[in-house]
Amino acid sequence: MSIKGILVKGKYYDSVTLMLVTKEVKKLEGIEDAVAVMGTIQNKSILKASGLLLDELKDAKDSELIIVIKGINEKFCEEGIKKIQEFLEEKKITTEESIEFEPKSFEGALKILPKANLAIISVSGQYAAIEAMKALKKGLHVMIFSDNVPHDKTYEIKKYGREHGLLVMGPGCGTAIINGAPLGFANAVNRGNIGIVSAAGTGLQEVSSIISNLGGGISQALGTGGIDVKKEYQGMSFLTCLEALIDDPETEIITLISKPPDSEVLKNIGEVIKKTSKPVIACFLGISSEIIKELGVIPARDLEHAALLSVSFSKGISMEIFEKEIEQKNKELKEIASKIAKELTIEQKYFRGLFQGGTLAYETQVILKDFIGNVYSNVPLDPSYKLEDSWNSKENSVIDFGEEEFTVGRPHPQIDYELRNKRIIIEASDPNVAIIYFDVVIGYGTNPNPAEDLIPVIKKAKEKGNAIFIITVTGTDKDPQNKNNLMKMLNETGAYVLDRNSSATRFAGYILKEIGG
Amino acid sequence: MKPSDLFKQKLEIINIGLKSFKESLDKTGFDAVNVDWKPPAGGDVEIIQMLDKFEEIKKKIDVDSANREAFNRLISSKPKLVGMAKAIDVIPGMKKNMILHAGPPITWDRMCGPMKGAVIGSLIFEGLAKDEKEAEEVASSGEIEFSPCHEHQAVGPMAGVISPSMSVYIIENETFGNKSFSPLNDEGFVKSLRMGAFTPEVIERLKWMEKIFYPAIDRAIKYLGSIDLKIIIAQALHMGDEAHSRHKASTSLLFRILAPAILRTTSDPLEVEQVLISIDKNDYTFLNLSMAAAKASLDAARNIKGSTMVVAMARNGTEFGIQVSGLDNEWFTAKAEVPPNALYFPNYSAEDANPDIGDSAITETSGLGGFALACAPTFIQFIRGTAKDAINKTMSMYEITIGENNVYQIPYLNFRGTPTGIDIKLVLEKGIQPYIDTAIAHKKPNIGIIGAGFAIAPLEVFKKAMVSFINKYSQV
Repeated sequence: MSIKGILVKGKYYDSVTLMLVTKEVKKLEGIEDAVAVMGTIQNKSILKASGLLLDELKDAKDSELIIVIKGINEKFCEEGIKKIQEFLEEKKITTEESIEFEPKSFEGALKILPKANLAIISVSGQYAAIEAMKALKKGLHVMIFSDNVPHDKTYEIKKYGREHGLLVMGPGCGTAIINGAPLGFANAVNRGNIGIVSAAGTGLQEVSSIISNLGGGISQALGTGGIDVKKEYQGMSFLTCLEALIDDPETEIITLISKPPDSEVLKNIGEVIKKTSKPVIACFLGISSEIIKELGVIPARDLEHAALLSVSFSKGISMEIFEKEIEQKNKELKEIASKIAKELTIEQKYFRGLFQGGTLAYETQVILKDFIGNVYSNVPLDPSYKLEDSWNSKENSVIDFGEEEFTVGRPHPQIDYELRNKRIIIEASDPNVAIIYFDVVIGYGTNPNPAEDLIPVIKKAKEKGNAIFIITVTGTDKDPQNKNNLMKMLNETGAYVLDRNSSATRFAGYILKEIGG
Repeated sequence: MKPSDLFKQKLEIINIGLKSFKESLDKTGFDAVNVDWKPPAGGDVEIIQMLDKFEEIKKKIDVDSANREAFNRLISSKPKLVGMAKAIDVIPGMKKNMILHAGPPITWDRMCGPMKGAVIGSLIFEGLAKDEKEAEEVASSGEIEFSPCHEHQAVGPMAGVISPSMSVYIIENETFGNKSFSPLNDEGFVKSLRMGAFTPEVIERLKWMEKIFYPAIDRAIKYLGSIDLKIIIAQALHMGDEAHSRHKASTSLLFRILAPAILRTTSDPLEVEQVLISIDKNDYTFLNLSMAAAKASLDAARNIKGSTMVVAMARNGTEFGIQVSGLDNEWFTAKAEVPPNALYFPNYSAEDANPDIGDSAITETSGLGGFALACAPTFIQFIRGTAKDAINKTMSMYEITIGENNVYQIPYLNFRGTPTGIDIKLVLEKGIQPYIDTAIAHKKPNIGIIGAGFAIAPLEVFKKAMVSFINKYSQV
C-alpha cells in the first residue's frame, strides 16, 4: 500500500465538483482511497484522522487544493492523481464552454434576470454574507444555505431584511418551499393550507414530508436557520417569516419548528402570535409543553406529532385516530425489539446514532432521554455530555455530521455520504455497539442515489459485526429518490427501516431497554 | 413592501453556489439563473487585501464618475482615416535612428525571435544594413533607439515595427482632435515583416508598398477627404467580423469605398489593378486601421484622475503590458505567455510558438476582438471552437467592463452593445481575465505565422496596476 499527495495552487473548485471527481477516481482499479479537498483546517484534520495528511500537505492554505491517493502501489497513486487533475480539467472545460452561459457574478445574473425576487446562496460562509447583502440591496429576498457566516455580518443582513420587509432565511437555512418551489434540500410535497416556519432544516423536511404523506399540504415552508432563534439574533428572521404567514391568505394553519429558542425570542414569538386567529402549532424540541401553551400555541411533543396535529387541523381529522395508530405502531415495534434484542451478545450495549439531519439528531436525543437518559454527542442536550472528540464515540453517542467540524470546505452530509459511511464501518467494528442508527434525508438538492452509496457500506459493515441497523428515511414518494423504493432497497440489506425519526428512535429505545441500557 | 407579497409573485431566482439547487428548480419548472460563482479574486488573499484598500480609496475619490468619464470619452470618440505620410514626418517623437515596436518598452537583447526578425527586416528595408548579420550588429550597437509604438500615439500588429521611412495611416479622432498612427499591413499571410520574416520577398513587398500602394491610397484618401472607420467597424460586426482576427467584412467595405477613388486618382491601370488586388487578397488590410481607430479612441480616455479603466493592452512577445487611465502612462508588465488555446498549422505546435505578441490587443481594450467574439462565429470555427463558445466568451467579458458600446453591437445578443472599457478592479475582484483573439508567430525569426487562438491577459499586470493605484491615490 502506498500514499501520495500533491498540492495544487491557484485553482479554485467547489466542494461538490471535487466530491464528484473523487467518486469517479475511487472506482478505478488499484485505488483504495482518493481525496481532493481545499486545504482548510477542517479538511486537514479530517485527512489527519484517516492518516492521509502527508508532511508536504500540512502547510496547505484554504485556497490550495489537496489531492491525496491511497493505492496498492506508487504507480497507481500517481495515476490516480493524474486522473483527478484530468477530470477536474474536463469539468472546467465543460462548465466553461459547451453549456448554456452562466454569469460569473450576482450582478451578471441580475442583467439576465432583471426581475429576480429571490436569491439562494450556498457559497462558503465568509462570502455568503457579501452576496446576500448585494441581493438584499437590490430588493431580493434571500435564502442563505451556507453556515459559518461571521456573526456581525449575520446580524447586519438579518437586520437589513427585517427593516426592509425582506425575508432573510438563514444563514444555515437548509430548506424552504416557496410558492411550491423546492429551495435547497426540499421534498416534493403536496400544496395545501399548512404554513411552516422552521429554525430547523431537517425538522422542516420531516414535518412537511409526514404532512404530505398523510395527504395534507403545504402553503409555504420558510426556514430561518438554527442560530436565528438564539439570543444574539432575536429571532429576526423567524418573526418576519411568521408575520408573512399570518398575512398570507393561503395559509390557514401555522406550524413552528425549532430547537429550544432563547426565552426572549420565545416571548416575542408569543407577541406576534397574538395577532392571528389562525391555529398555531409549535414543536420546540426540548421545551416543556406548559411553556409553549402559555404562548397561546398548541404544543407538539416531537416532529411527527407536529405533523399529525397540523393535518388534524387542516383536514378536520380527529387526533384520536392518529394517536391510536401511533400506539398500535409502538406495540408492534416493542414486540420486534424484544425478539431481536435476544440475538445481541452480552458486550453489545451501546447506541450509535450517525445523523445527516441536525434536527433529527436532536430529536433522537430528546426521545432517548426518556429511555436511557442523556447520551454523548457533538451536539448534546446537556453540555456535560459533549464528546471530547467528535471522531470517537463514547458509550451511547449521537453524531451530527452537519456540524461545522465536518462541513467546512466539504459538501453537506445530505449530499456527500463519505464521512458518515466511513464512520458506519468504524462503529460496526466496535464489539460494544448494539445499534447503529442513521437517517437518510432525501429530496431535491440531496444525494441523487442514496441507495448506491449506502447499500455497499451497510453490507460491508454487517460483515464487521452483529449490530442492529435502524434507518429512518425522511421524504416522500414524489421525491426524485422515491422514499418507498429506497426504503425497500435498504430493507433488503436486513436493516430495520422506518419513515419517521420519532418512531425509529422509540424502536431503538425499546431495544436498549430490553438489553438494560 | 410586505414579505408576504412574494407569495403572490412569480418566483424568479438567482442561485449562487450549489448548482444542484438550480437543477431542482429547472426540474420543477421555476425560472432560475445559476451563477458560476468563484470567491472574489479566486480566494487570493493578497488581492482581497488590495480590494479592501481600494474600497477605502473610493471613499475619498469618486472612481465611478472617473470611470464613467473615461468610458464616455472612449465611446464618443470618432476615429477617421484622414491621410497618410512617412513615419518620420508625422509620428511625434520619431527619430531617424528610431524603431518603434509593439508592446511595453524592451531592449534588443531581450527581444523575442519574431521581433528581432522584424527589426532586422526594417533595418534592411531602411538601407541601414545589407543582411541579417549586419542588421544584428547595427541593432545591438546602441545606435538604434527602440521605443514602444504606444508612446508615440501609434500601434502596430504583431512585432509592430515602424521604421522612419515607412508610410503610416493617419487617424484623427474627430471628437477630441487627437491623432493616431499605424503602419500598412504588409500582405503575405505566412511570411510578413510583422510576423518576424525578412526574406527578400518580404523586403521587396515593403518597397512595392512604399512605391505603389502608399501613394495610391494616399491620393484616394485625399480625394475622399476622410473615411469614417467607426462606421465600417460597426457594419463589419454585423457581417461576421470581430475586428481583431477577422477582417473579411471590414476589408471588403473599405474596398468598396476606396476602389472608385483609386480609379479616379491613379492613372496607370496596371497600378490600379495591383493596388486593388493587394487589398482584395489581404483580409487583414483593415486590421491596422481597426487598431489605430481603437488607439485614437482610447488615447482620448487617458489621464482621467481616479479612473481604473485600461487604456492599452499590448505585448512585445516577451512581456505583456497594460496602461490605466488614472495612472499616467505607466506600464504594468508581466511575462507574456504562449496562448493556451490555439490551433496550429500542420507541422507546428505550441512548442514552436512565440509568447503573445502585438499591439492588436488594443482592439479588445476598446470592446472589440475577444470582447466582440459573439459577432464572429465563423472565426471561432476556424480555431475549432463552437458558436456557443464565442457567445460565452463575450458574455463573460460583460462582467469586467464598465459599460456597453453604443455603436458596436452584437446581432445575436439582440444588438446588445459590446462589453467595453476594462476595469482593473472588476478583473481582480471577479478573477476573470480579458480574452484576446490573436495570431501566433513562430518563436524563431524569419518563419512567420504558425497558428491562431486565444490569449489571456495575465492577472499579474492588473495586480501591479492596482498596487500603483492604491499607492498613488492613498496619498491624495
